[in-house]
Amino acid sequence: MSVRGRGASPGGVLLVALASVGTAVLVLPLVALLLATPWSALPTLVGDPTVLQALRLSLLTAGTATLVALALGVPLAWVLAHDDLRGAWLLRSLVTVPLVLPPVVGGVALLLLLGRRGLVGGALDTWFGVTVPFTSVAVVLAQLFVSLPFLVLSVEGALRGASRRRALAAQTLGASPAYVLRRVTLPSVAPGVAAGAALCFTRALGEFGATVTFAGSFPGTTRTMPLAVSQAMDSAPEQAVAMSVLLLLLSVAVLVALRGRWLGGLPGAHAVRSGRTPR
Amino acid sequence: MSGRARAAGLGLVLGIAVAGCAVPAPAAPRDVTPAGTPVALEGTLVVLAAASLTDVVTDLAARLESAHPGLTVETAFGASSTLAAQVLTGAPADVLLTASRETMTVATDAVGGEPVVVARNRLQLAVPAGNPGGVTSLADLADPTLTIALCAPEVPCGALGAQVLARAGVSAAPDSLERDVRGVLTRLRLDEADAGLVYRTDVAAAAGQVEGIALPADVDVPTDHPAVVLPDAPHPEAAAAYLALLRGPTGRTVLAEAGFDLP
Repeated sequence: MSVRGRGASPGGVLLVALASVGTAVLVLPLVALLLATPWSALPTLVGDPTVLQALRLSLLTAGTATLVALALGVPLAWVLAHDDLRGAWLLRSLVTVPLVLPPVVGGVALLLLLGRRGLVGGALDTWFGVTVPFTSVAVVLAQLFVSLPFLVLSVEGALRGASRRRALAAQTLGASPAYVLRRVTLPSVAPGVAAGAALCFTRALGEFGATVTFAGSFPGTTRTMPLAVSQAMDSAPEQAVAMSVLLLLLSVAVLVALRGRWLGGLPGAHAVRSGRTPR
Repeated sequence: MSGRARAAGLGLVLGIAVAGCAVPAPAAPRDVTPAGTPVALEGTLVVLAAASLTDVVTDLAARLESAHPGLTVETAFGASSTLAAQVLTGAPADVLLTASRETMTVATDAVGGEPVVVARNRLQLAVPAGNPGGVTSLADLADPTLTIALCAPEVPCGALGAQVLARAGVSAAPDSLERDVRGVLTRLRLDEADAGLVYRTDVAAAAGQVEGIALPADVDVPTDHPAVVLPDAPHPEAAAAYLALLRGPTGRTVLAEAGFDLP
């Protein structure tokens, strides 16, 4: 790597030095994790029934949370992307709060809403005998709360970047707004939606604070991978390391799949994202 | 649900949360300087303690701080197994108090130190105030229709609970396995769980919000709470003073008032 431009000015050297430290801050912990990984024992450690149980639960809940986020988040992003909408700034602020909120606060808030004595949870318990905490549904809700903003903001950005000309053309040809969204706008923002969904999925997969506070921790029902890692750290550190590597590989795999989609699958994506109409 | 009832429900939950934050006011620091402490202590003493000792350790920390204005006592609470793991990975701590001999051994085998038992504790079957689940005995912990919170088997209260349940011949159907005993207590305080096993002292600490049901004598197993000054303690004198306070008349009174048995 070399920095082109003014050569080795003192300012440039300082910037490169700071950038190197920044890179080290991000990379060194993961290097330590990979170095500590007992690679030969990894298949045995990861093949442990309790690990597979936690992995299955994590994939199932994070997958469900992502699907629900797509169903709710794409329309929400579509609403936000309309400049003529009054109060859009307020709506966007509300959507952004969970993004900057410590997840454990989200867990407390969910408990106050849906717990057995909560705002809505009390009525659910009294009228239907339904309690949400300690169920896999609670895990999905906790994941949805923390990951939905990622999807909404990504998709909104993509919608804003997409050319409105084709949408307008379709509109003048008599297409309904729903038809334009489904057949014109959405296909052109597909890469943005995919990126948002991937971010949403990985964020849901890593959710810890809101889950442990709101959903509790029980193998098979609510103890997802991050909770299992944290629990194993005290009693079986090797297993905790193995599970951590598994989560790392999974997250990197999502990233790689996403890049493949961006670079290979949809060559027009960059043109669309930069605001130009392809072809 | 009407708006008023909803507001009342929220008020109840928030009230519990606020009540849970109340810290017992430290008494006058008249008799707190342990005999033989020659100089005023300074610096920051770090005490790691089992979750079940939260109130006692906080109280005594405040007393030691008032006796030594230059001293700050930082306390951290959690599952004993978590704390032992922290000591193993080099957490800069002075004093370690655990909820079982086993977890203490994990730490002292690795770093050394001479632990002493400062208190004993027992489990109780605990339910939220008013006992909404109608729980009467350990056998109810096997009821799948009730919401049960227990300690994870990796932590002392979970290991002790497993012994108690095995003796009683009950195979429990828990809905959540908490990281430490205060996690179980919180579920009961907030009325999110119908029953759980916590220490007798936790029931006392949450009086008014949680009710305890004593275990039958034939299944009851007491546990020891050992304490140690860690060999690498950055503040060994302050650590010794803290332990002396805990084992002295003041500490014994505070422990007994919290419901601990004394060695």
